[in-house]
Amino acid sequence: MANLVGAKIERKEDKKFLTGKGRYTADINLSKQTYAYFVRSPHARAKIIKVDHSKAMKAPGVIDVFTGDSVVKDKIGGLICGWKIVSQDGKDMKCPPHPVLAKDSVNFVGDHIAVVVAETLEQAKNAAELVNVSYKVQKSVTRTDEATKFENIHEGIDNNLSFDFLLGDKGKTDEAFSKADKIVKVDIVNNRLIPNAMEPRAAIGDYNASSDELTLYTASQNPHLDRLIMSAFNAVHPEHKFRIVSPDVGGGFGSKINVYAEDVVIAYASKKIGRPVKWVAERSESFMSDNHGRDHVTHAELALNSDSKITGLKVDTIANLGAYSLVLAAVTPTYLYAPLLLGIYDIPAACCTVKGVYTNTAPTDAYRGAGRPEATYVIERIVTEAAKEIGMDQAEFRKKNFIKKFPHQQCLVHNIDSGDYDAHLDKAIELSDYKNFENRRSQSAKKGKLRGIGFSTYFEACGVAPSAVVMSIGSGVGLWESAEVRFNATGNVSVFTGAHSHGQSHDTTFAQIVGDKLGVAIENIDIVHGDTDKGPFGMGTYGSRSLAVGGTAIVKACDKIIAKGKKVAAKMLDGKPEDIDFKAGEFILKNSNKKKTIGEIAFACYLPGTFGDVNSPLPEGVEPGLIETSFFDPSNFSFPSGSHICEVEVDEETGETKLVKYTVVDDFGTVINPLIVEGQVYGGVAQGVGQALYENAHYDKSGQLTSASYMDYTMPRADNFPHIALDYTCTPATSNPLGAKGCGEAGTIAAPAAVMNAVIDAVGTDVQMPATAEKVWKALKKNGSKKAAA
Amino acid sequence: MKSFNFKSAANTKEATKLASGRATFLAGGMSLIPAMKLRLAAYSDLINIKKIKGLSGIKVSSKSLKIGATTTHAEVAASKEVGKSIPSLSMLADGIGDPQVRNRGTIGGSIANNDPAADYPSACLALNATIHTNKRKISSDKFFKGMFETDLKKGELIEAVEFEIPEKSAYAKYPNPASRYAIVGVNVAKYKNETRVSVTGAASCVFRSKELESALSSNFSVSAIDKVNISDKNLNEDIHASAEYRAHLIKVMAKKAVSSC
Repeated sequence: MANLVGAKIERKEDKKFLTGKGRYTADINLSKQTYAYFVRSPHARAKIIKVDHSKAMKAPGVIDVFTGDSVVKDKIGGLICGWKIVSQDGKDMKCPPHPVLAKDSVNFVGDHIAVVVAETLEQAKNAAELVNVSYKVQKSVTRTDEATKFENIHEGIDNNLSFDFLLGDKGKTDEAFSKADKIVKVDIVNNRLIPNAMEPRAAIGDYNASSDELTLYTASQNPHLDRLIMSAFNAVHPEHKFRIVSPDVGGGFGSKINVYAEDVVIAYASKKIGRPVKWVAERSESFMSDNHGRDHVTHAELALNSDSKITGLKVDTIANLGAYSLVLAAVTPTYLYAPLLLGIYDIPAACCTVKGVYTNTAPTDAYRGAGRPEATYVIERIVTEAAKEIGMDQAEFRKKNFIKKFPHQQCLVHNIDSGDYDAHLDKAIELSDYKNFENRRSQSAKKGKLRGIGFSTYFEACGVAPSAVVMSIGSGVGLWESAEVRFNATGNVSVFTGAHSHGQSHDTTFAQIVGDKLGVAIENIDIVHGDTDKGPFGMGTYGSRSLAVGGTAIVKACDKIIAKGKKVAAKMLDGKPEDIDFKAGEFILKNSNKKKTIGEIAFACYLPGTFGDVNSPLPEGVEPGLIETSFFDPSNFSFPSGSHICEVEVDEETGETKLVKYTVVDDFGTVINPLIVEGQVYGGVAQGVGQALYENAHYDKSGQLTSASYMDYTMPRADNFPHIALDYTCTPATSNPLGAKGCGEAGTIAAPAAVMNAVIDAVGTDVQMPATAEKVWKALKKNGSKKAAA
Repeated sequence: MKSFNFKSAANTKEATKLASGRATFLAGGMSLIPAMKLRLAAYSDLINIKKIKGLSGIKVSSKSLKIGATTTHAEVAASKEVGKSIPSLSMLADGIGDPQVRNRGTIGGSIANNDPAADYPSACLALNATIHTNKRKISSDKFFKGMFETDLKKGELIEAVEFEIPEKSAYAKYPNPASRYAIVGVNVAKYKNETRVSVTGAASCVFRSKELESALSSNFSVSAIDKVNISDKNLNEDIHASAEYRAHLIKVMAKKAVSSC
């Protein structure tokens, strides 16, 4: 059988998705189903005086209305922060109460207050208009840089400061700066983004009173974690009687990690009324209430010596947590951010502070890249400025400061196992025809366009796990992953994974691994995920971890299958287990032509004694069946890296930026399916370009979200992109047997810096993200452009 | 969306009769339906006028181009008659929304809605259009009254839009990157005795720019625009563009239009 790993195999899941046969939560309809609609706050900040739902209760078709009082009465717990951060003074971060239905106050536009359950959706919406909420509207704050100066929005949280985090050696860093020959400074705004998964969030609660079983269908990236949190913290239902099903999930980008208020309330409402309750977010609800991403304000300084070597890095960031702290809200701008600020440079001293602040905005949390895009943006912007200020070539300055030897213990957290940074930069330089850039710049100038070039040589930490590390820095759970490989008697294989695809093509990638490992045809392998009643407990999919951690668990379970198979084959072939070789699906007795296929072994494991043989093929002490489970907890993160080179053309008259050339060379370690990886990189780059040029979650002075629809929130589109040239280098990861590093977020992590470095190169002066046409026009005008001023 | 009655009219007379109370006409529905889905608008009855014979189609004479009210943007964009007589109008129609919108949206619906950032109202003003209704003929100069407001009376139905064929014309749009409506769209039409210039997207309602018209009427060239001063007074401000930027874009788009005439 040809090698499956490394082959461009078309996605097994495409047939259903491309023919409209995907089955998402909204596609599920249950008998006697009811419909829910949420009453949300129109104010950024207000005290709730009274929620009067008496009129709504009498409206046609209404079954019940639940409010903050209902959930308090039934002791439903609030939403949690799953990863707590300790401030530099040793105190725990401060988390305000986060009720699933607000009772006393609302803190952002879209905050959930009540839910109406009715026979039809229209009736639920009509009745929701009759829920009369009396508010005492208060002043609000939305801007990241104003939060600490504003009055306390939550009782007992002074200066709206959740935590004041410090990472690094301040003394050593100050010393490096005091000795520096050159100090480079940048001020950076990392714009707030809205994830915009194609499938909006959705939930259906289905309580069965006779069996006391509660099923929640929900669009989640991690159904087991949802069940754990909802049973342990929200007290919705005991875990053993609670099933969570996440069928096909249409994108998440981190926004479907959290247990949301709607999940808890829909499950609770179904228990209360004894019928299925369905809720599907409208797009405007997604804009308002999905977790948002990024939203940092940063000042950074880089110290250099006279030899153009970086000697120190200082970063001070304010991160906007929004109105409450969600599950990964605090770790995202701290441990997922600060260690990554070092990039792939050999920096001996660094320190970073992060102030996590509350504001009257939608809560933020992990969004594709989660902390790493923010960090990469800081280091790649400041490195670019440094090269410019000392008059050195962008590539040369980077190479001079790259880490060259591995493993490399960075001065903050990470111990990077493998990499070759010169290799991917050299390849990218070649592929992008960097040496002829100045010719292209002149060609553009002839057309009246300003051309710029930008580099982003990124790295990131993927594969969260390892449990010992993450738990020591505040995670509430270890982040291993599970797999169960189950041979069926007829020789085909069901693989249960704790990872959960929300677009990552696990059905194909994992089947390729299992196919190679066990010698089973890919069409005879089924990857099962997204149902707590089917596979073992798993941690889900985020942080580019599914392959490095989940894939490895599958490999390990396959190893156990092979080990057991050898025992059975030995007995069947009259040999010893240690004399059995396994290759391409066959167990072969050494120095003989005797062999059994893995299908025959599986059959024998389930049906010993068939074929009229009274002697069981199973050796003594070997149980029937061929099912193996593995839980894999890696020893380290994995560290993908790569080089992006972007070229833009800026129209001086309008300020419009057009991407004209884009080159990516990534080192993802072992690539299982290049076709799928290309898709991940294209999509990732598009999302990163979206942040750099188009996307911006904007709140006005009164706290209204003014970018709450596709009329105003600019998503990147196909016509915004040139061809993206892709290539790879490979240094395998050493922390997992696959050698895989992770690819799901890389594009989004690297692209903003590459694009903005190109824009700033073209414009000749600083511009903050997103580099909208007007912003660029104003920068050009300020910089003395006659065309812009005309 | 709130429930409503759906009725199809066989002719304009029936349509008018049905359009009483909280009823409204439905042509392509590309603005009306989203507004209803968002509950920004609610009607007791929608009167489908797409089945009325004679409301759709394109007729061209030596002086004018007449487009039936329910003619879709895609039909206008693809029409050889339009392409020959007023190419800028084909281009404009081809740049409205996306393929789905162009295949459903109609010219009558667009101008009756009079969205401040829509494309067709600018064509009506620049191309000196006459709006034919079931009651009367209205000059485009009197038709567009304000934001989402026209001279149409309750129950009055647009039957056709008649454009005066210019010597040359062009439309230049700077689209909103999100919605792709015009942040600023400038429509320029040169006639024997005058040059008409309209601007959409920049203010609360499409308008004719007297400054640009007088500059271009005496000297139809890009350089004539350089000397024009466009005030940002009364121009829109939103998260996509300030009034100052819109004023600047009016000149840039006007130059683009004139240079492509």
